[in-house]
Amino acid sequence: MKIKKDEVTHVAHLARLEFTEAETEKFTSQMNDILMYMEMLNRVDTAGVAPMTHAIAQKNAFRDDRVLESLPREETLANAPDARGDFFRVPKVID
Amino acid sequence: MEYEPVIGLEIHAQLLTDAKIFCGCSTKFGGSPNSHTCQICLGMPGVLPVLNRKVVEYTIRMGLATHCRINEECNFARKNYFYPDLPKGYQISQYAYPLAEHGYVDIELETGRKRIGITRIHMEEDAGKLLHDEHNPSSYVDLNRTGVPLIEIVSEPDIRSAEEASDYLRRLHEILVYLEICDGNMEEGSFRCDANVSIRPKGQDAFGTRTELKNMNSFRNVQRALEYEIKRQQYILEGGHEVVQETRLWDDTAGVTHSMRSKEEAHDYRYFPDPDLVTVALSREWVEEILKDQPELPLEKRERFVRDYQIPAYDAGVLTTSRALADYYEEVVRLTGQPKTASNWVMGEILRFLNEEKKDIAACPITPQALADMILLIEAGTISGKIAKEVIEEMYKTGKPAKAIIAEKGLVQITDEAALARVVSEVMAANPNQLSQYRGGKEKLFGYFVGQVMKATQGKANPQLINDLLKKMLAG
Amino acid sequence: MELNQLTIHELQEKMKAGETTSTDIVQSVFRRIDAVEKDVHAYILLTREAALEQAAHADGEIRKGRFQALTGIPIALKDLLCTRGVTTTCASRILHNYVPPYDATVVEKLRAAGAVFTGKTNMDEFAMGSSTETSWFGITRNPWDLERIPGGSSGGSAAAVAADECIAAIGSDTGGSIRQPAALCGVVGMKPTYGRVSRFGLVAFASSLDQIGPFTRDVEDCAILMNVIAGYDPKESTSVPAEVPDYRQYVSRGIDGWTVGIPREYFIEGIDAEVLEAVQRSVKVVEGLGAKCTEISLPHTEYCLAVYYIVAPAEASSNLARYDGVKYGFRSQDGRDLLDMYKKSRSAGFGAEVKRRIMLGTYVLSSGYYDAYYKKASQVRALIKRDFDEAFKSCDVILTPTTPTPAFRVGEKTDDPMQMYLSDIFTISTNLAGIPGIAVPCGFTRGGLPIGVQFLAGHMGEAKLMQIAGAYEKSAHLEKRRPNL
Repeated sequence: MKIKKDEVTHVAHLARLEFTEAETEKFTSQMNDILMYMEMLNRVDTAGVAPMTHAIAQKNAFRDDRVLESLPREETLANAPDARGDFFRVPKVID
Repeated sequence: MEYEPVIGLEIHAQLLTDAKIFCGCSTKFGGSPNSHTCQICLGMPGVLPVLNRKVVEYTIRMGLATHCRINEECNFARKNYFYPDLPKGYQISQYAYPLAEHGYVDIELETGRKRIGITRIHMEEDAGKLLHDEHNPSSYVDLNRTGVPLIEIVSEPDIRSAEEASDYLRRLHEILVYLEICDGNMEEGSFRCDANVSIRPKGQDAFGTRTELKNMNSFRNVQRALEYEIKRQQYILEGGHEVVQETRLWDDTAGVTHSMRSKEEAHDYRYFPDPDLVTVALSREWVEEILKDQPELPLEKRERFVRDYQIPAYDAGVLTTSRALADYYEEVVRLTGQPKTASNWVMGEILRFLNEEKKDIAACPITPQALADMILLIEAGTISGKIAKEVIEEMYKTGKPAKAIIAEKGLVQITDEAALARVVSEVMAANPNQLSQYRGGKEKLFGYFVGQVMKATQGKANPQLINDLLKKMLAG
Repeated sequence: MELNQLTIHELQEKMKAGETTSTDIVQSVFRRIDAVEKDVHAYILLTREAALEQAAHADGEIRKGRFQALTGIPIALKDLLCTRGVTTTCASRILHNYVPPYDATVVEKLRAAGAVFTGKTNMDEFAMGSSTETSWFGITRNPWDLERIPGGSSGGSAAAVAADECIAAIGSDTGGSIRQPAALCGVVGMKPTYGRVSRFGLVAFASSLDQIGPFTRDVEDCAILMNVIAGYDPKESTSVPAEVPDYRQYVSRGIDGWTVGIPREYFIEGIDAEVLEAVQRSVKVVEGLGAKCTEISLPHTEYCLAVYYIVAPAEASSNLARYDGVKYGFRSQDGRDLLDMYKKSRSAGFGAEVKRRIMLGTYVLSSGYYDAYYKKASQVRALIKRDFDEAFKSCDVILTPTTPTPAFRVGEKTDDPMQMYLSDIFTISTNLAGIPGIAVPCGFTRGGLPIGVQFLAGHMGEAKLMQIAGAYEKSAHLEKRRPNL
């Protein structure tokens, strides 16, 4: 077992997802299959190999310090599921 | 058991760029809610960040000013967590490869100078603001502030008291403001401080358990919060208990720190290099160009003032509280060649007038040239120092130059010896009792005669001449 | 032949000669849509009214003698591309009503070139899939056999071109999502070099792998579209600041004297016999064109899938964190407090495959696992790229199958994620290395299903791909068929 059910539940919380008992079981089993498959990477000798995090060699992509027009507030809030006045409204964090 | 506090400070400073770090929205404080936002800083689907070059320049400046090593390359990383003021669900920050590292700042203690190490300085974006509703379980999100550029300055845990922390904070604040890269306004949130505090028995190497302190929104509160927390931890340890590692919020009204408890469980930020941003390469040429352009820093300026102008350290301190004030003072020195005199007038009258009106040197109606002119008039004997005090007040009120005021009010110093001798004679004649007492040995009355002559000449008599004349003539 | 069956270049000639108008073309396309869309379901949204307006405008331009690269040509856009004022759903419930306030750079470029937009095509939810079966708006069917999938994630775009429901389409490719459906639907599909085409406005799945590319009927059309959409974009930090050559110049140049690498690791057990046969025929065609085909090795090929399924979900888990019900999209009304709102909105808003990948990605980035998974995968990724760099020292291009099998049946692989992931084995390496690839039709199975051959080139090697694909297309003498709809 690479990953156990309680770890799956913890990961779900980190990702702000929730699952039924049945879903958690299924996910645990599927994730295990996938993670077992990943084991094969341990066969590769990567000593001294720099991780490749970009597919291009460029550096220094900059913009000038110039103010551009912002979106009008109506457009900013247009897609909001719950906008109140000038704000996005959200349920409060419960202490 | 004697305990010693171990403190590290994390400062977040908003940079004074015109535009945000990854988009072109304005960074101006106080805009109406959600009016300085665009698809990029709102984290709408499909958008991408592009780095504002000025943010890099300002961060390099701060790194240089704090003697850090500017790394040859640095990278951005994503700090992942969920909160309504964080639209993308991650903050773009720097993790494994910050821009600057291993610097220091010197603070002045009574016992001498102490060096506080700076672990790192890195760039990141600010989050938005959450406003809480008192009456119903809602919060309101204003994303204007998302994407405003920040630098985070992390100190080594070298600080050993709340006072040292306060000094360090002031030192950093002063540098940031001097460099003109941050306005240092703690109340508005452009300069923020969090602290890591622990205590350990004196002589012990190992660190104690530390707590993180947040919500200290003024210099005074930082000091108060640290003092409280140190005491609190000491109380716990002395009672044989253990300090819990947690985040605590400073409560200004109650004067205590509160635990944030389980709501703030240890975050797993899952840092990884941001694939949307490329490596920032800081060439030696670029850094050197910035270094050439770097303004003189407060500490260096103060030392130079003491050394070159022969003024006391305290005066140098006052005169360098802002770059503008220091520049003003130096201009007066340049024009008069009299650093001590210039210092007296700037620290005395000029600052007094400004403080009364709660104004800045930038708003001073007396230009350095005007002040210099007045000082030179004193030197030339045209007016006395005493009269100058009247003149300068008029200069401040009216903005008129000294010469004009002196002419208008007829304040030119009386230096005609014959005329003054006549006045002295008159005064002597008008005060026969004091005269005989003085001649009889009451030397203290000299001052009385000086006062009387001054009164008779409306203060315009040259004091040195008066002195000489009185000495001669009172003696009989 | 119907107007909706012609290529961009054929239609442009007709319009220039006054033989037809954009309005005629668009109407022909919509007639076809009306006839077959109910069976194929290539689109999430049709924009008929706007298309006819754009066509009328195009006709006005043409009458004034003003021709841009795509004036009057009806193009379909994958619903992963932001279109201002038009819903962009990413085939997800969580964005089902999202209307972007801006256009993707590619959309701006296509507009400026005079293109007419027919609508937004169906796809796997958030581009995560290989069959277009995970769309919240229902599946798309393969026009060649409606019981089979069109491939994914850009299944809708591929099917629309194959079914004549548009003249050309735009898709995106993160692990093969253009090339695999192109091969399964019998059309040309290209994934450009990473950074060649702007990602600004492409809803992100895996930021270091995503690229936008065209679906077309032939290689010439592919070159026409690439000429329009390629190019540096200052709004994207990872955009490559390099000139765009005229790709059309390369289509007929031929490949005499070229060396074409055949990687032994791509010709393995498990490839469908007919697919293998068709690809081997392609090798013969290429040799007949004067190229030398030589066996090469890409030794780290077997690790590509594992690397991809760590890197892509990791980046995706972060990219999809913004879908939290706060600023746009679906919000669950059942949330008791903030935490509950997040969990309910995201759990109800995302489909199973998306959730699976978010979970995987979150796990591999989480505390204690970063080095073992993400860092390790990134290191192996560097080795995979190195394999290609080495290979291209001695080859002009590489030839491989595009998919291990022809189109499989609807529902055949939905129960086993690993099985589904395996359909990408030949395309994934390209995204990991950041190099360009093109899938070109190379035949049919005896059952009438399309097969595609894939060509890969080195960094910024699109011109080379046009060259070999163009030459191949002309000499392959493939039977001209149309799906039986």
